[in-house]
Amino acid sequence: MAITLEETISRQVHATPLSWILSRHTFWVFMAAVAACIALTLATDTFATERNIFNVTRNFAFVGIIALGMTAVIITGGIDLSVGSVVVLSAMITGMTMAGGGSIWLAIPLALAGSLAVGLFNGLMIAYIGVPPFVVTLGTLSVARSLAMVLSDNKMVYQFGPDHELLLALGGGSTFGIPHPVFALAILGILTGLAFRWTRLGRHIFAVGGNEHAATLTGIPVKRVKILVYMFAALTAGITGILEVGWLGGVTTNLGQGMELNVIAAAVIGGANLAGGVGTAFGAIVGAALIEVIRNSLILLGISTFWQGTFVGSFIIIAVLFDRLRASRTNE
Amino acid sequence: MTVLELQGVSKSFGAIQALSDVSLKIEPGEVVGLMGDNGAGKSTLVKIVAGNFPPTKGTLSIADRQVSFHRPSDARAAGIEIVYQELALCDNLTAAANVFLGRELMRSFGPIRILDYKTMYERAGKLFAELKSETRPRDLVRRMSGGQRQAVAIARTRLSDARIVLMDEPTAAISIRQVEEVLSLIRRLRDHGIAVALVSHRMPDVFAVADRVVVLRRGEKVADKPTAKSSPEEITGLITGAITTA
Ligand SMILES: Nc1ncnc2c1ncn2[C@@H]1O[C@H](COP(=O)(O)OP(=O)(O)OP(=O)(O)O)[C@@H](O)[C@H]1O
Ligand SMILES: [Mg+2]
Repeated sequence: MAITLEETISRQVHATPLSWILSRHTFWVFMAAVAACIALTLATDTFATERNIFNVTRNFAFVGIIALGMTAVIITGGIDLSVGSVVVLSAMITGMTMAGGGSIWLAIPLALAGSLAVGLFNGLMIAYIGVPPFVVTLGTLSVARSLAMVLSDNKMVYQFGPDHELLLALGGGSTFGIPHPVFALAILGILTGLAFRWTRLGRHIFAVGGNEHAATLTGIPVKRVKILVYMFAALTAGITGILEVGWLGGVTTNLGQGMELNVIAAAVIGGANLAGGVGTAFGAIVGAALIEVIRNSLILLGISTFWQGTFVGSFIIIAVLFDRLRASRTNE
Repeated sequence: MTVLELQGVSKSFGAIQALSDVSLKIEPGEVVGLMGDNGAGKSTLVKIVAGNFPPTKGTLSIADRQVSFHRPSDARAAGIEIVYQELALCDNLTAAANVFLGRELMRSFGPIRILDYKTMYERAGKLFAELKSETRPRDLVRRMSGGQRQAVAIARTRLSDARIVLMDEPTAAISIRQVEEVLSLIRRLRDHGIAVALVSHRMPDVFAVADRVVVLRRGEKVADKPTAKSSPEEITGLITGAITTA
């Protein structure tokens, strides 16, 4: 009996920090993204230009911010297809409020409230009525975009009233050479990562995805947890909507169309398991980076953009296949 | 004083009558064996006491006061601890996280409250040692053996000062040595004046620790007598229906 209680308590699953890092899915995705960047720098003289890097990081930030919310949803074993439509709804509420002469300080709370309302609806239907997440959020995907069309009469909005410049600076500007959406991504990423690991809610999110029945039996407020993750996903989409108006300098009702797919791909590539119970904030960000670099490489290498859907779709399927493979290996 | 009293408790799931008109009393420091065939209604009874769902009819009293539980935390607050038959574990979390599931320990970090990993690991480790289980607090439950999982579920009941502990087949998946540990834990609980209801299909376990044995058959209570005045043969007959009344 050589092992003392202290040793048992402190026994780590991995012997060294290096073996821990090498066992992380996120680490390998991160290396893949780095490798892709290096390859592109060498293969093209357009990738490593300041202009291109600036665009890539900003695009990646938009997908990454929503991937954080999506990861929370996926960890609980759910899915949110409505995020792309929430982006346009939030953007349109911002645009219409400001075009009507409202200040940006009115527009932002309104846009976020509209987004949260969609998330609350998703969450209530899923938690209390038991409608499958796929069905509810497919419904709100349609509803939210349609509301944005009704709101704007399907016109483009590009005049944002008295705070026009402020809005453009918020989404399109940069500080210390770093685009503002990247700051938003960094802040949200850190907060989400801390919440996952250090808060009771974070722990409960993982418990619900790991075994919902057990979570219910042990008295975890499962319904509340579910509602909160869908509201969080909608909030991240709402924030992205506001930033995107500022970046584009205008909104049309096709903004964010099909974005849910990129976001889900980013989350899944980042290690979130669609079966629930697994996922990290850092993984979501790294996944978004990899997706964006690949998308950018297609453009720079002169491959038709029509191929993008094929790549993103295949990524989702391949990532899920890897999960299956790993699961079957650990079960043996 | 009676710790737990059920009066005329019935429970139906749609057309299935899982429990009909069951009355039962448990005194402090008493160990009651709850036996019955598969589907007799044992787990249903446990879950009603645990606050997982309310009875269709009948009432529940704790310490002579009528209660109605709306959620598991209500039952826990009343001093009831449960080992569920399905163990209620999350495979993706560590042993310690599972022990503290739903009542995580927190500590203050400036103005915010964060999970207190250190204390949870320490306390979980001590509880596993007390159960003489080889379970390590930081290991994922996914990689654990049946016995280790059961230890995690049992360790939960030691987190607070319970009045009554209900164990739904706590020895189903564990080794003979660990069965002994669970039985001696039950005796320790009894010595502290804690009442224990032990659901089990294992006759030797029940006769080793229980003061009284209650038999359910198709949702009805068909026997309730001191173990000293009964025998494994009689109980077997009552469970199967070969004997109709005790
Ligand atoms: N949540 C539920 N919904 C519907 N029926 C249920 C539910 N829980 C239990 N039942 C039914 O109630 C009856 C009693 O089940 P219960 O789980 O209480 O039996 P048990 O005595 O614990 O059996 P076992 O020894 O197999 O664990 C069974 O017919 C079961 O199918
Ligand atoms: Mg049972």
